[in-house]
Amino acid sequence: MAEAHPQRNLILILARDLASRLATPVFVVDHEGTLVYFNEAAEPVLGRTYAETGELRAGGWATEWSPTDDEGRPIPLEDLPLGVAFREGRASHRSFRIVGGDRVARAIEATAFPLLIREDEIVGAIAVFWERPPEGTTGR
Amino acid sequence: MKVRVWGCRGSLASPGPETVRFGGQTSCVSVQLSDGSLLILDAGSGIRPLGMALGGDHPERIDVFITHLHTDHIEGLRFFDPIWDPSVELNVWGPPSPIRGLRSRIAPYFAPPFFPVHLRSIPSHPEFRDTPTRTWRIGSAAVTAQLVKHPGPTVGYRVEENGHALAYLPDHEPALGSDLSTVGTEWISGFALAEGSTVLLHDAQYTKAEYDERVGWGHSSTEDAVTFGRRAGAERLVLFHHDPLHTDTQLEGVLARAKELSASGPDEVELAREGMTFEL
Repeated sequence: MAEAHPQRNLILILARDLASRLATPVFVVDHEGTLVYFNEAAEPVLGRTYAETGELRAGGWATEWSPTDDEGRPIPLEDLPLGVAFREGRASHRSFRIVGGDRVARAIEATAFPLLIREDEIVGAIAVFWERPPEGTTGR
Repeated sequence: MKVRVWGCRGSLASPGPETVRFGGQTSCVSVQLSDGSLLILDAGSGIRPLGMALGGDHPERIDVFITHLHTDHIEGLRFFDPIWDPSVELNVWGPPSPIRGLRSRIAPYFAPPFFPVHLRSIPSHPEFRDTPTRTWRIGSAAVTAQLVKHPGPTVGYRVEENGHALAYLPDHEPALGSDLSTVGTEWISGFALAEGSTVLLHDAQYTKAEYDERVGWGHSSTEDAVTFGRRAGAERLVLFHHDPLHTDTQLEGVLARAKELSASGPDEVELAREGMTFEL
C-alpha cells in the first residue's frame, strides 16, 4: 500500500477530534510519545499555540515547558503523568509547575491515561490538565 | 481483478419496484483475482445470490472480509451456499475488537433464538480471523484493513493487484468531527485505504439535509463522499450503501448532485447498483 501519506491510528484521530471540541486543555501524544496535538484551550496554559510548536518528540515536549515540582526540582519525563501512563499503562495524576512559551510560570494539575487498543498495544496517550487556582482559593 | 456488486443497499434489504434499478440487497462485493482466488467483501443479503451463482463451482478456498458486525453486513453469511459445503475452506476476516475475538462476536448470529443451527455445526467450519494491522497477502493480492470512523469496531479494506487498487469503505463517516476539505490528510479516517485507488466504493447513504439530522450515525452525505474521494485522489468514485428509503428516482437525484460537486473531484462518479462490474 502507498506509504506516501502515513495514516494516523483511528483512535488518535478520534482523540484529536474530541479534544478540538473541548474547553478543557488536552494534550495528545502518539504511540512513540510524540506530541501530535494540543487544543485551543491548552494554548493559554502552555503559552504557545500548536501551530507554533507543531509535533514534538517526547524528549522535546518534556523539556519545552520545564516541568518542576513545587520545590523547583525538575521532573523527568517518566515521572510526568504522560510518562507514567506510557510506562505503566495506567492513568496517572500529578500537580506540578511549568513555564509557558510566554515565559510565565504556572502551577497545573494533569491527569493522563493511555490509549490502549489491546491489553498490550498502546497507540498514544492523552493528558487533561488545568491551571491550579491560586493558594487559598477553590477555583470555580 | 474482476469486481462485481451483489448488494449495495445500506441498513436493511429493500426489495421492491422502487429499488429495482439499483437493487435492494445489502452489502456484498465479489473480487476475483487474476490467480482465481475469490475474495468477498461483506456478507449482506447480496452474498446469497452470489453463493447461488457460484453453484458447485466455487473455489476450494473462499475469503470473506467483513467490515463490521452490523446486521446488514453479516445477515447473508448464514445463507451463503458454500458455508454448508464441508469441502470448502472458508476464512472470515473481520474487525479486531479490544475485548473479544471475531468468532465469539459472530457466534450469537449462529445460535438460537436468532438461528436454528449452531456455529459449531456449520459443515464448512469457517475460520474467523481478526484482520491484521499490517498489509497481508491473499492469493495474488495485497489486502489492507484499517479501522475507520463508524460506531463499533469497523474496518475498511484495500485490495491491490497488478498496480490497481480497490478501496471499500461502505460504512464510513470521515466528516464526523473533521472538516474534510481542510484537515491534513493523515488525520482523515480511511484516507490511506482510499489514496490513489482505481475504484473507491464509499458510503453515501444520506443527502446533505438527511446527514444534518443524523450526524454520528456512521454514514456520509453525498457531499462528504465526493470530498473524501477528491482528497484521496480516487480515479473512480462509486457511491455505495444507499439508504433503504431512497427510491431509484431519488438516487438519480443523488447522482446528479454528486456530479455537480465533482467538477474538481474524482474523474468519474457513479452509483453502485446490483450487477455492476469492474475490471481493474
